[in-house]
Amino acid sequence: MLELKLEARPQPSRFWSYGSPLLALALTTALGAVLFALLGKNPVQGLLVFFWEPVKSGYALGELMVKATPLLLIALGLAVCFRSNVWNIGAEGQFIIGAVFASGMALLADRDTGRWIVPLILLAGVAGGMVWAGLTAVLRDRFNANEILVSLMLVYVADMVLNYLVYGPWKDPMGYNFPQTKTFELVTQIPRLMPGSRVSIGLLLALLGAGALWLFLFRTRAGLAQQVGGLAPAAARYAGFSSRRALWTALLVSGAAAGLAGALEVAGPIGQLTPYVPAGYGFAAIIVAFVGRLHPVAMVFSAVLLSMFYIGGELAQSRLGLPKSITGVFQGLLLFTLLACDTLINYRLRRSAGSH
Amino acid sequence: MLVPRLQMAHITKRYPSVLANDDVSLTVLPGEIHAVLGENGAGKSTLMKIIYGTLRPDAGQMFLNGRLVHIRNPQEARAQGIGMVFQHFNLFETMTVAENVWLGLARDTLQQVTASISAKAAEYGLELDPQRPVHTLSVGEMQRVEIIRALLTRPQLLILDEPTSVLTPQAVQKLFVVLKKLASEGCSILYISHKLHEIRALCDACTVLRGGRVAGVCNPKQETNASLSRLMIGSEPPELRREERQPGAPVLQVSGLSLAHEDQFGVDLHNIQLRVCAGEVVGIAGVSGNGQKELLAVLSGEDTRAPQGSIQMGPVDVSTLHPGGRRAMGLHFVPEDRLGRGVVPTMSLAQNLLLTREEAVSWPGLAGGWIHVRQLMEHARRLIDQFNVKAGGPNSLAKSLSGGNLQKYIVGREIDAQPRLLIMSQPTWGVDVGAAAQIRAEMLALRKAGCAVLVVSEELDELFEICDRLHVISRGQLSPSMPMAQATVEQIGAWMSGLWERSPDEEVRHA
Repeated sequence: MLELKLEARPQPSRFWSYGSPLLALALTTALGAVLFALLGKNPVQGLLVFFWEPVKSGYALGELMVKATPLLLIALGLAVCFRSNVWNIGAEGQFIIGAVFASGMALLADRDTGRWIVPLILLAGVAGGMVWAGLTAVLRDRFNANEILVSLMLVYVADMVLNYLVYGPWKDPMGYNFPQTKTFELVTQIPRLMPGSRVSIGLLLALLGAGALWLFLFRTRAGLAQQVGGLAPAAARYAGFSSRRALWTALLVSGAAAGLAGALEVAGPIGQLTPYVPAGYGFAAIIVAFVGRLHPVAMVFSAVLLSMFYIGGELAQSRLGLPKSITGVFQGLLLFTLLACDTLINYRLRRSAGSH
Repeated sequence: MLVPRLQMAHITKRYPSVLANDDVSLTVLPGEIHAVLGENGAGKSTLMKIIYGTLRPDAGQMFLNGRLVHIRNPQEARAQGIGMVFQHFNLFETMTVAENVWLGLARDTLQQVTASISAKAAEYGLELDPQRPVHTLSVGEMQRVEIIRALLTRPQLLILDEPTSVLTPQAVQKLFVVLKKLASEGCSILYISHKLHEIRALCDACTVLRGGRVAGVCNPKQETNASLSRLMIGSEPPELRREERQPGAPVLQVSGLSLAHEDQFGVDLHNIQLRVCAGEVVGIAGVSGNGQKELLAVLSGEDTRAPQGSIQMGPVDVSTLHPGGRRAMGLHFVPEDRLGRGVVPTMSLAQNLLLTREEAVSWPGLAGGWIHVRQLMEHARRLIDQFNVKAGGPNSLAKSLSGGNLQKYIVGREIDAQPRLLIMSQPTWGVDVGAAAQIRAEMLALRKAGCAVLVVSEELDELFEICDRLHVISRGQLSPSMPMAQATVEQIGAWMSGLWERSPDEEVRHA
């Protein structure tokens, strides 16, 4: 009898470390087509909505970038965490508090305020994200609390803070009792890159961030120390790299990145603080980070891909009458198939004569 | 004709990158103590795992008492009368001896197990209290638990994997008595080792493995160390030259160092007195788990809890300095675990250079410093050449190197820094004979260059070869030092059990 078995490779396969994400994408597409067919929709039409509609025009491409920007920014920060074995899964909460701090700054503006408010809004967002991530760092550092649980729970606390503000003190008095702040002054608007598109300088900041992360990880000793702590804690102790410093660096950098994304979002496309600011970017960015192999350049592509799924999901709602959760299903499928395909990097499939 | 207890015929086992066993045959008679001799990586463990059922061979057959058998897992092996004592113990530290043994023998009650442990222990002269929690036992006692656990299954064949690596010389003698008694009762014993004199003292027959193949079968009692060594490595080990010389000024001075353990099962250090001078090699012998790990962590700076003033390098108090600070003072350290501590397994050799070396780093104030990649590659390439490391190049992952080559790279990395004080733990542990000889020669070259060298090792032969003075560590206490010229194995063995005259004044004068 012939049976398939997995055999460990002596060296990880270079081919499959690039091939695995592509195979995973192909499998996700195929499974997506099956899914559409089972839901009684034309699979071709369904796939067009996900993979063609988001790139078919300049405007569509712009929207793709608008959503890719926060995903990339947050994922860059998370990559620092995950590479140093710090499991921050609460980027969503850091994003929310970043948005809250930025809104607080934006609400200070009035008709006479100058453009100098924009950098202050961004800095406020960064500070907010760092404060929120810092809470996790303190609890982990001082009390050895598990950062996975703490950072996740703080997401819900952040959501409560946001709701308290928009239902309470920051509610727009002229807003017909809707739970939202007043629309920010025009002067607080994050500068856009070109007329007719909502793409802002946030995209440039994210791309600069990717470059900076590459330099940090691969060209600085601190970046190396950060990764040694994640890969081999005993080697980090031996070398004298501080694990506390690694913890704080990871959480503060990722908090700052998520907070910045939050600021860019409220002062950019949204323009006011509402309960709908959290759109799940903080969680989707975890998938972006892993699909991009925690590599700064690869994450640019995976951020665009995940953004595609977001837009495709929205279009599937309006065009095909599918539920919004289809986005989540696609994200999950991609992560699942990727993890499965990654097996091929370290193992090869062999057909062998069955033995007893 | 006598039917062999165990016969392995033409066993072949292939791993993706290496042929671990290549047409290996082995015959063990009833009541025979049969040695399997070979260097690390010669295929001894693979063969034993096949016999014990944890691995399946790609080709070949196994006969037990003349019957063809297929053993698929250790349970079946035990049912067939095969017992094994592993080098690394499988014991739960928080449970008692009896409870640990009971786990494998679910049919009996705990009381029955306790009684049978006491009976077996008395029968073979193995002192052991079944009620003691395992974490209070010494390593030798833990091994007794493993042996008794194996004996309770009434094995016809007992496999022991490097059993003496954790024992004092006296405990080794006791073990040999037990093994000889077992053999006289008809139990066959497979004895895996790379220590030639032990094999010659104990075994009736010997199968030598080299590079996965049988290099020879012989009666070790009729062989010499040299002839066995020739079979094992294909040549005789090179001789070391050590010149007499006067030590210089003290480089490392440890005085009155006491420290409570940090790990749950760690060892407390008591009033450690130690001095290492320029141009001398000082050794620390002892059975593992007697405080070596704790002492080394305190000396290297991985543990900075040492009391102020207890560790000095020259006139400077370094007791609370972190490892980087101590390196800047010229203290370099080679830890016993290579993968995961000495190097990061999944990083390249060049990147691993950055753990302890900063030559290729500039602007240290900015994010720890900028890495000059070309300079780093050059440096790694130079070390690979100079220390004869077999590796693909500076970009090879650390984990792709064999133990010996990796150790040469790590030792090279630390020696190349021209240290004032080099501390090495188990410098040749798991390293092939050629690499071990090279590493020992490097240590003597450092001594000649005026570096102070401190070696912690479990291999007495090695310490005899390279040291000027020797301490023994036992239960967290360090013996006074003895000049190597006056040291005897018997005295060291007695000291390993903690039996030395304690007189603080004496220690200071000796050290």
